[in-house]
Order: sequence, then C-alpha cells, then structure tokens
Amino acid sequence: MTDHSVVLDQVSLVHGDGDETITALDSVGLEVDRGEIVAIVGPSGAGKSSLLAVAGGLLRPTSGTVRIGGVDLAGLNRRRLTELRRTRIGFVFQTNNLVPALNAVDQLRLPLTFGKVENPREPRKLLEEVGMEHKAKRRGHQLSGGERQRIGIARALVTRPQVLLVDEPTAALDRQRSQDIVALLAHETRAQGVATIMVTHDHDVLHHCDRVHEMIDGKLATPVSR
Amino acid sequence: MGSVVALIAILMVLLSGLSVGLVNDGVSGLQRMKATSFAFQEDVGKDAAFSRSVFDREAVGVWAEQDGVEQAAPFGNALVNGKTDRDVDIDLALFGIEPESFLAPEVAQGTALSGAPDEVVISATAAEEGVDVGDVITVEQTGAELRVVGVMGEQHTFGHVDVGYLPLRTWQEIRAGVREGDQVPDRVYEEITAVAVLGADVDLPAGDRAAGTKSLTTEESFGASPGYTAETSTLKLIQGFLYAISALVVGAFFTVLTIQRKQEISVMRALGASTAYLLRDSLIQSLILLVASAAVGVGAGLALGAAVSTTAMPFALEAGPIAVATVSLLVLGMVGAAVAVVRIVRVDPLTALGENR
Ligand SMILES: Nc1ncnc2c1ncn2[C@@H]1O[C@H](COP(=O)(O)OP(=O)(O)OP(=O)(O)O)[C@@H](O)[C@H]1O
Ligand SMILES: [Mg+2]
Repeated sequence: MTDHSVVLDQVSLVHGDGDETITALDSVGLEVDRGEIVAIVGPSGAGKSSLLAVAGGLLRPTSGTVRIGGVDLAGLNRRRLTELRRTRIGFVFQTNNLVPALNAVDQLRLPLTFGKVENPREPRKLLEEVGMEHKAKRRGHQLSGGERQRIGIARALVTRPQVLLVDEPTAALDRQRSQDIVALLAHETRAQGVATIMVTHDHDVLHHCDRVHEMIDGKLATPVSR
Repeated sequence: MGSVVALIAILMVLLSGLSVGLVNDGVSGLQRMKATSFAFQEDVGKDAAFSRSVFDREAVGVWAEQDGVEQAAPFGNALVNGKTDRDVDIDLALFGIEPESFLAPEVAQGTALSGAPDEVVISATAAEEGVDVGDVITVEQTGAELRVVGVMGEQHTFGHVDVGYLPLRTWQEIRAGVREGDQVPDRVYEEITAVAVLGADVDLPAGDRAAGTKSLTTEESFGASPGYTAETSTLKLIQGFLYAISALVVGAFFTVLTIQRKQEISVMRALGASTAYLLRDSLIQSLILLVASAAVGVGAGLALGAAVSTTAMPFALEAGPIAVATVSLLVLGMVGAAVAVVRIVRVDPLTALGENR
C-alpha cells in the first residue's frame, strides 16, 4: 500500500433515495502526500465540499474507500471517527467560523480541550507564526476577515494534523488578503509536512499550489496545468 | 434569562417567607405546645375541630390511662375580642389549661399562671401590639377581666390571632358566656374542647374507642385551625406553578441558545469535539448561569424579605425552606436545560461546511 496521507479510491457519494438521487461524487480518486497542497476548482454544486466532507470523515461515501494516514475510515465507528478528526485532521472553513465567546488565543486552545492530543503546538507560538500574536486577546467580531482566517488556519494546525481540509478560504477576502492567506497555507503545508486539500473559486491563488484538479458534476479531472 | 431566573428566585424567597410566616401565624401556638396529639369530640368535622368540639372532661381520665400516654390534660379553645385598661384593642385565642398540667406555658417576662382565676399569659406578639404585664384585658363577650401576669418568649398565634393562656375554669366560664354575678350551672365546668395528649407511642384509634373521641396528631390538627388548609394549599399551588414556570423558562432559554449556537457547535464537532464533550460543556454553562442568577435572586429576595419582615405582614425567613426552594429551582432549571441541550446531539458537523455558499 502507499503511505500517502490522504487516499480517495473510487469514491462515490449519492444524496437522496428513490427516484430523486444526486450524485455528488462520482468515482473520485485522489492522493495527496505530506507537504503537498492540492487545489480543487470547479463550478458551484460540482461536489467540492462533498469531497472535503468525505475526506474528513464527516460523511461516509456510498462506495469506495477513504484512507487517512493508511487508516480506512470505513472501519471506524463514530467515536473513532471523531477522534480521528480531532487528532489527524484540520478543517479551515470559509468565514466566521470562530467561536464568538473566545478570544484569538483561546480559539487555538479549544481543540486541545476536546480530548487528549499528542504533542500539540504551543498556541501562543502558533499565533505568532500566523502573524496574529498582537491580537491574541481579540474576539472574532473584533477582527478583520483576513485576521479571522489566520486564526482559523492556526486553530486547524494546533493539533499537528496530517491532513488539512480547506473550503474556500478566500471567498470573503480582497485580492491581496487572498494571496497572503493562501501563501500562508502553502507555507504551513510545507513547513509542517501536512497534506492539504483546498477548495477554491479563486484562480489567482492557484500558483501557490502543487496541483490543481478541476471538478465537474462530481467527477475529478486529472491535474490541469495552472 | 439570568434576570428571569433571578426574578423567579426572588419570588421563591418571598413566597417561602410568606408560607413560613402564614404557618407561624396560623399554628405557632399549637407548634409550641408539648402535646403530641389532640382528642376532639367524636363526630366533629376535621376542619373546624378546634372551634366546634365540646365534650365532657371525663375523657381526660380515660386518655391518661391509655398505653404510652405520659400525660393527658384538658384543653379549651375560644376566640374573643378584648380591650385593655389602656384602650388597646386585642383579639385573643384563649387557651384554657390547668396551670399545673404539662400544657402550662413558660414565660419570658412576668410570672407563670399561679392558679388564680383572673390570670392570663400572652404571646410575645401581643406584647408587641402594646399589651404589657400588669394590664387588665376586658373580654367584650362577657365582661370578664383578665390580668396579664406574664408574656411568653416567642410568637404563639392561632388562626392569625395572639394566644392567651388562662386557667381552664375561667375559660369555661367565658365560653359559656357567664357574666359577673350569674349563677353558674355545674355542667359548665365539665366542658372542654379537647384532650391534649403527650406520649411518643400512643395507639390513637384505641384511645379514641375507649374515650369516645376523635384524635388528630398535633401535625394533623394544624389543618383544623381556622383557614390554615386553604392558605397553605394556595401557597403550595403558587409555588408549584413557579417551579414549573422556571423549568419551562430555563428550558426555552437554552433551546434558543442552542439553536443560536448551532453553527459554533457544528464547527466544534467538525474539529473533533465529541457529543459528550459538547453536552458537558453546555450543561456546565447552564449550571453556572443558573447558580449565578439564583444567587443574585436569593440575595435580593432576602433583602426584600428583611424589609417585609418589619411590616405587619405574616412573613418569616427561615434558612431551611429557602434552601429547599433554591435547590428545587436549580434542579428543575437543570432539567429544563438538559432537555434543551439534548438538541446538540442532532447538530450535524456538515453544517460547518454547508454554510459556505
Ligand atoms: N444533504 C444533501 N442532500 C441532498 N443533496 C445534497 C446534500 N448536500 C449536497 N447536495 C448536493 O450535492 C451536490 C454537491 O454539493 P457540494 O456542496 O459538494 O458542491 P460544491 O462544489 O461545494 O458547491 P459550491 O461551490 O456551491 O460550494 C450539489 O448538487 C448539492 O445540491
Ligand atoms: Mg462548497
């Protein structure tokens, strides 16, 4: 077998039952290695978020296998899946998915309170690494969109995940901010040896990525040149 | 919502004070008697036993002989209106007793009943209304004159009226409406309201069969004092509603809070928080909120209650009932919160991704 961090093999996901079914993912195959950042682009409704959900253990595929660090997710029960998400996977969402009541540094501490995490990153240091140490005490609503996204990325990295799943991180940001954020993601991916899958609509940021896949109607095309 | 819980806590404290106050006002005179049970006229209705019961005192002897009875003594009860020689109007619940019996009250001021026919010992609360040792109270109904020789140390009231202890014979004359100079039939001195019984382990039904009476324990006899059952059951009903309302309010609040936090909860789930963690987290938050607002409410309630205590309202703050009320509020609040927080189980972590459109 391979030791790719993320492997999707012949993964299909069908929503609904009976006559009204939607094939969100259609025999998708994808492998991402440590230190690699892969972009997924494609029209709305193509199945990009579905791919992240399946890769992150939020949804079980209708068929096919998903392996994270060599572990087949199909063999894990709910509790194990939750634990895997907690320890091996980092999620970065589009916007404003910080916990409103917590300040920046506490956002980073939050995932460490969910359960035991081996050798976590030091929240303060990590905050410094994403350039946010001077706003450690600010709450989500006191931060700009770009700043929030930096905190979100740091929060995803605090458990030293093997896999980073990122859904449209720049959707609410201007050009310059978008460049900065994706550059940060690419930098962390390589520095930390994470396998990153990033869904984006923003073609200007693709040059930061190692590969770009286009997704149409649930099918993942082979890498397109950028 | 914190303020709603605080307000409910205030109401709880006030209601509790009112209940205790009303109970005190209604039956403290009975509570402070040493008797463990009272035997009344056999066929008298339970609600009015104290005011209606009249029977022959020979039952006292029968009761004294029952197994387990340490003491049995005649007891007479009547409500009268009076006026002191210093023009203070005073209503009294007259408790007629034999001064040498176990029912004789202890006095904090003045002297105990000595056996002289015109003596009366009054409740501390009557003294607060301006009746003093040395005053002479004229009973309006018969013109009988009673000399206040002693004042008891605590509140002794019965049916919201101050208690006055007096010799049984004098009570019998007042009850029969005997006026000065009247010829008193012997029968008058045979009549009593109840036999007061003292004894830890008495077979009441057996005693009743022997004596031809109807016994109520002291506890049960509270219900036989004027207005007591109606007042306490009304208050209990209000209290019950308050508990139900607080559980609903807290439940509703946490339902709304959980719905508001749905996005946040789905994010935490996606990041690997287990359901157990989220439930614990929410319940602890609820508990902190509840305890803090209940503390504020109880504090405010106590302050308000202290102010009310100084008025004529029957009101008494006691730690026990307030603690019970507070704990019930917290427990029911947590039940409400738990019901609401269970919604967390249904929050789908996918929502965290789904809102990305
Ligand atoms: N719970 C669901 N039930 C039924 N259909 C669903 C469900 N979730 C997603 N879909 C459908 O699956 C398809 C893929 O959705 P997905 O969210 O993966 O698209 P996407 O590529 O992320 O789109 P966008 O760019 O708009 O975010 C869509 O047609 C969508 O309507
Ligand atoms: Mg999407």
